[in-house]
Amino acid sequence: MRSLTHLDRLEAESIHILRETVAEADKPVMLYSIGKDSAVMLHLAKKAFFPSPLPFPLLHVDTTWKFRDMYALRDKVAADPAIQLIVYKNPEAESKGINPFDHGPIHTDMWKTEGLKQALDTYGFDAAFGGARRDEEKSRAKERVFSFRDRNHRWDPKRQRPELWSLYNVRKAKGESIRVFPLSNWTELDVWQYILKEKIEIVPLYFAAERPTVERDGLLLMIDDERFPMNGETAVMRKVRFRTLGCYPLSGAVESEAATVEEIVAEMLLTKTSERQGRAIDRDGGGASMEKKKQEGYF
Amino acid sequence: MSRPLQSDEELIRRDVRAWLAEQEAKELLRFITCGSVDDGKSTLIGRLLYESKQIFDDQLEALESDSKRHGTQGQRIDFALLVDGLSAEREQGITIDVAYRFFSSARRKFIVADTPGHEQYTRNMVTGASTADLAVLLVDARKGVLTQTRRHSYLAQLVGIRRFVLAVNKMDLVDYDQAAFDAICADYRAFAEKIGIAEWVAIPVSGLNGDNVMSRSDAMAWYSGPSLLEHLDTVPLDAAADAAKPLRMPVQWVNRPNQNFRGFAGQIASGTIGPGAEVRILPSGRLTRVDKVVTMTGELEHAVAGESVTVTLADEVDCSRGDVIAAAGDPPEAADQFEATIVWMADEELLPGRGYWMKIGAQNVTAMVQQPKFEINVNTLEHLAAQTLGLNAIGVAEIATDREIVFEPYAVEGTSPNKALGGFILIDKLTNATVACGMLHFALRRSLNVHRQHLDVSRETHATIKGQKPAVVWFTGLSGAGKSTIANLVEKKLAARGRHTFLLDGDNVRHGLNRDLGFTEADRIENIRRVGEVARLMADAGLIVLTAFISPFRAERHMVRRMMAEGEFVEVFVDTPLAEAEKRDVKGLYAKARAGELKNFTGIDSPYEAPESAEIHIDTTQLSADEAADLVVERLMARR
Repeated sequence: MRSLTHLDRLEAESIHILRETVAEADKPVMLYSIGKDSAVMLHLAKKAFFPSPLPFPLLHVDTTWKFRDMYALRDKVAADPAIQLIVYKNPEAESKGINPFDHGPIHTDMWKTEGLKQALDTYGFDAAFGGARRDEEKSRAKERVFSFRDRNHRWDPKRQRPELWSLYNVRKAKGESIRVFPLSNWTELDVWQYILKEKIEIVPLYFAAERPTVERDGLLLMIDDERFPMNGETAVMRKVRFRTLGCYPLSGAVESEAATVEEIVAEMLLTKTSERQGRAIDRDGGGASMEKKKQEGYF
Repeated sequence: MSRPLQSDEELIRRDVRAWLAEQEAKELLRFITCGSVDDGKSTLIGRLLYESKQIFDDQLEALESDSKRHGTQGQRIDFALLVDGLSAEREQGITIDVAYRFFSSARRKFIVADTPGHEQYTRNMVTGASTADLAVLLVDARKGVLTQTRRHSYLAQLVGIRRFVLAVNKMDLVDYDQAAFDAICADYRAFAEKIGIAEWVAIPVSGLNGDNVMSRSDAMAWYSGPSLLEHLDTVPLDAAADAAKPLRMPVQWVNRPNQNFRGFAGQIASGTIGPGAEVRILPSGRLTRVDKVVTMTGELEHAVAGESVTVTLADEVDCSRGDVIAAAGDPPEAADQFEATIVWMADEELLPGRGYWMKIGAQNVTAMVQQPKFEINVNTLEHLAAQTLGLNAIGVAEIATDREIVFEPYAVEGTSPNKALGGFILIDKLTNATVACGMLHFALRRSLNVHRQHLDVSRETHATIKGQKPAVVWFTGLSGAGKSTIANLVEKKLAARGRHTFLLDGDNVRHGLNRDLGFTEADRIENIRRVGEVARLMADAGLIVLTAFISPFRAERHMVRRMMAEGEFVEVFVDTPLAEAEKRDVKGLYAKARAGELKNFTGIDSPYEAPESAEIHIDTTQLSADEAADLVVERLMARR
């Protein structure tokens, strides 16, 4: 008899979660951030509902500052007739021209946190899939798979619903919503192994290539378009890749030779810094930063 | 994220492909760790993560600085800080919720549910144990087996864990003394025998120093058993037992992209499935065969317990979410009354008789829990008499569901528990909170043997003879809102039109049928349930039934609504503001309630939950009683 590997089990659990949400929520949506975790989540959803088209739309909360390669992959994914993509941009952030260079933390707050809340409220989505994993960060380790949010999208870590077996409570009152994390029990290595096994397409920025960069505040930043203000610096071509992708002026690159998934895995396993470290967002506010952001409604 | 074991590093450098191929074959073991506050549980888990290189250097730096600020180990690294996630916990220095951790060995990937040891958090331990194959019980070598150790063993066993590790921790503090370890083992053995734990091993460890955690320690040459990790690497998994049982697949979602495809999606709870398999659809009992097991990358010849699949069937049988596809020759039963163990998880205590949502597999039903037969004292395992169950209480009670559900007894001697069709949660209908979990024992015989008597004169015949459409017109509102007055007028107007009616009035019913009931929340629920049953019988007899009860709780009105045929329940909200009702105070009750002479008075010290979508809404500040009655009659006559 065939016995299931840990990847088989993770896949089966994620598919169960995706189906349970679709069966019980009124209007689900999948947060699609274009990164590798989103790619895996989307792939699992296609498997879960095959041969039906995706029974929910993808939502990209755009900040207008993503890498060009990310927009290219997003548009390619959306070209599939079985997939409906909604792109939402916070109109206030757009009209005020909020950007990571001039506005600091307000950039993430307005485009991402506020943008997400607005998008969910505008379309009336009552369940939103996110690609977060429990191994990413300490407060995530304690969050439920089905994470209840009040009318103001707030997470209350002290009042989480007990989650037993694979029985998920999807009930909520009007205006309340649930964030659903199908990849809760995956680790970063699981994600990479699955990408390799299932041949999932990811943004080329994950692979090392010669890219124009400058070093600023200890981060290697890529000059992805002409909006990048040069403070008397000159761009240097470096062979770099990205371990996490977000707004390009906030995403630190690492120098690397890894050009295949296998090489990325090898490099990742032999390096000594954790994944979220390249992301500027977790650092402000000390150790409890992500927990605080989540209480305020950050995904 | 995980870094590899030291031994793997070389292979990764040389041939990452070969290393990845090895990783793909890894199995998954889920376990929980439980112990008292000071047993060093977080330290032990922190040690497992640290030694299996699950910690990056930047996290280690943060850990070192945190250790100096919040740590309890002086200048040494406090591994507990690695796993204590939320800031509230850091301040209190304790773990307050279930957290999940990940690490791996050369053979297995592990998911650890880290659960707290406090008495008030039984809920979290049961939650963590529900998905685990094994429990690691921590015992402080200096303190031995404590009440908490026994409680945790009992709780873990209650949710079906069959394999235990007694990790006797802090051996460094008893000079690695074998006698101390042996005494603890003997003590635990007696307890394990008493509650029927057959499979357990004891391992002497030091989480702080790492002895016998990853590999065997030189400090305890007298110990010849495996290290903790060696044991976790080789202990049998429940998955094998699940696959050997008969097929059960709860249907989660019906996949219907077009007229030509109808697939049934679900996760296989037990057994195996493949094309040609004879299956029975429960609860209908229809027999058919599996046609195909469909996936995005082609059809499967074979799928096993644990997999999420989509199957098509050979015949066009009725099958929807909540049904169960089962082995044709060995199907599960369906029933609507059970005995069950219930773990209460909410601050608000159980209300016997109230309807709760019950979720079991993909089935959602309304369930009523009877007054518990007994509550279990988790420290002494004594059975205590109980009226109800409060937060973290465990009891045994009978449960009735509003329709038959497909189920299996949760615990079965000698094999893995039937989690998918034996475990359930209860959800409060008003707050949507998960208030309890439970494990079904068996169906009650009366539910299996009492069949309804078939009646030759049907309810349709009764209605036809009377030339009317039966109804239950349910007036709800505050005391003194005008329910009885309006209901009386409605009955007079209907009688004038030759309609057959009957008015059930709250005060009158309490003098007879319900004179044994008081005004506690539980009694008020029973009051409404009985009135609902009587109203249903009268509607079956073809009458238009009018009822006038405060009926303050939405859940009970909903319960009554569900007893009636579609369209026969007409809820009339007699909407009078509290201030207005209190001003009228026809019976002088508000004055008494304000004076504290009447307890549990609706609107004063007991809530009134207004209807959200009543069929008829009467604003008594706008309409006279007579106008209101006309409105109700007009609506009733317009029903088709």
